Amino acid sequence: MTEWIRPPSLDEALAARREHPDFMLLAGGTDLMVGAIARPAPVGVIDLFGLPELSGVSRDPAGGLRLGAGTTFAALLTDDAVRTELPALWAAAREVGALQIQARATLGGNIGTSSPVGDSLPVLLALDAEVEVASSRGTRRLAYDEFCTGYRTHALGGDELIVAVHFPADIGRRVQAWRKVGTRRAQSISKVMFAASVERGADGTVTLARLAFGAVREQPIRALAGEQCLAGETPDAALAEAVAAAVLTDIAPIDDVRSTADYRRTVAGRLARRFVLSLA
Amino acid sequence: MAERPPLDRPAPDGHGGGFSRRSFLKGASSVIAAGGVAARSLEAGMTEGAEAAGAGAPVISGETEITLDINGAARKLRAEPRTTLLSALRVRLPEPLTGTKEVCDRGNCGACTVIVDGRPVYSCLQLAVDLQDKRITTVEGLGSPEDMSPVQAAFCRHDALMCGFCTPGFVMATTACLDKHGTPSEATVRHELSGNLCRCGTYPHIFEAAQTAAKSRAGGGLR
Ligand SMILES: Cc1cc2nc3c(=O)[nH]c(=O)nc-3n(C[C@H](O)[C@H](O)[C@H](O)COP(=O)(O)OP(=O)(O)OC[C@H]3O[C@@H](n4cnc5c(N)ncnc54)[C@H](O)[C@@H]3O)c2cc1C
Ligand code: FES
Ligand code: FES
Repeated sequence: MTEWIRPPSLDEALAARREHPDFMLLAGGTDLMVGAIARPAPVGVIDLFGLPELSGVSRDPAGGLRLGAGTTFAALLTDDAVRTELPALWAAAREVGALQIQARATLGGNIGTSSPVGDSLPVLLALDAEVEVASSRGTRRLAYDEFCTGYRTHALGGDELIVAVHFPADIGRRVQAWRKVGTRRAQSISKVMFAASVERGADGTVTLARLAFGAVREQPIRALAGEQCLAGETPDAALAEAVAAAVLTDIAPIDDVRSTADYRRTVAGRLARRFVLSLA
Repeated sequence: MAERPPLDRPAPDGHGGGFSRRSFLKGASSVIAAGGVAARSLEAGMTEGAEAAGAGAPVISGETEITLDINGAARKLRAEPRTTLLSALRVRLPEPLTGTKEVCDRGNCGACTVIVDGRPVYSCLQLAVDLQDKRITTVEGLGSPEDMSPVQAAFCRHDALMCGFCTPGFVMATTACLDKHGTPSEATVRHELSGNLCRCGTYPHIFEAAQTAAKSRAGGGLR
């Protein structure tokens, strides 16, 4: 017997979550409904789609953008603040599936699935995003790299919900980039994703560097060696080569149905090199 | 197109759509109990089920009657929580609407595209019970063979189909694109139709049809 609950408010959603920790959380269903036939029926379902307190873009007291976990990629795409302050996330949202997927797929669902190929996830790393989670015990915020704990796993407690994602107040000042490489533009799962952000000093040196990849390890990662190589330097062709070489030490891609480790290494290096060249 | 009757929640009969805030608070949760979101393959075999009264909250076991706003008319059907909109349209409606096609049933091909509250979505990935307060438009809602919508007419004129199985989905995605953009560039059309696949490869004709339909709608033939 499956029970289906649609709580009308966050409080009631948290109460339902506490009462039924074994129930499946359903948002847009674009991950969960795929192949549902082949899986055992869940004990119950808590349907969060459209829950007002989880939807929409607002500004938190610190001045940063707060994106509700239930916000669809389609809604993110129509938001001016997202487009101007989080262009890397905007660009990623535009390439999630296709329109029909974007109309339902939520940011929280992407985070909840925690797949190494979740398109928004390298962006969260590159933009120092924090995930806000809540339970009836209270709320807490975790940096995304603490939240994601491995291949399709994360730090969400059995009574918690993902409520929102927060970005630093001055994020719009950073130069941001996003690239997804797949077999076709739309509707394809990425072979490699790359997200980056930098801040530059008055003299052009890079004062802060974030380079992140997806699909090159068991979880989305920051390329720390690449970042170290880039920070404090002035971008030029030689630096681009050095950063490209450094990121190869950060990644550990595999051969799978979608691509080969070799291809992924080549592409990852190129994406990093091109990004640094674009700053030169 | 006719005025759509408003569909308010909770449903007037207190069954299927009974997600009233008050009853939720009383019973802690609105619960529908049934065979499972993830057991669609069993759906055909599930005949059991009637509304069972829960302690305070509406609890529904198995099949229940729900009302969907489809093409401007309130349509009643019996569904379970796990019933997809696609299956509701093609199988569950007393008078089925089979214009919406089932191909992959996993959100990949676009054949099942319908418009929900103005946006194109895959009906195979939506739960019917979740859409009781939404406006659903299927290909039957656009026009009839005698009185085609501009998009339908343009698909015919440009021979934008071969086997035709993907066509209703493309017609819906094209309609949504033109509703949103009026006269979109070809790049916009290509982007917004990228969630629809055509095994027969009729894409060039589909893109031409979209442009023709945009022009004929701009010329006053809006639908
Ligand atoms: C055809 C197709 C193409 C796709 N293309 C892409 C793509 O290009 N890029 C990409 O990244 N993804 C893609 N996806 C996958 C999917 O669309 C995304 O991962 C999407 O963001 C999932 O969101 P959802 O709301 O539909 O999640 P759901 O399927 O509803 O849920 C996903 C997971 O998150 C959990 N969850 C959801 N909300 C919460 C919450 N508030 N708190 C805690 N847990 C929660 C659920 O329990 C579940 O485990 C594609 C899927 C399909 C079918
Ligand atoms: S049948 Fe729904 S997308 Fe293929
Ligand atoms: S016309 Fe045959 S699949 Fe498109």
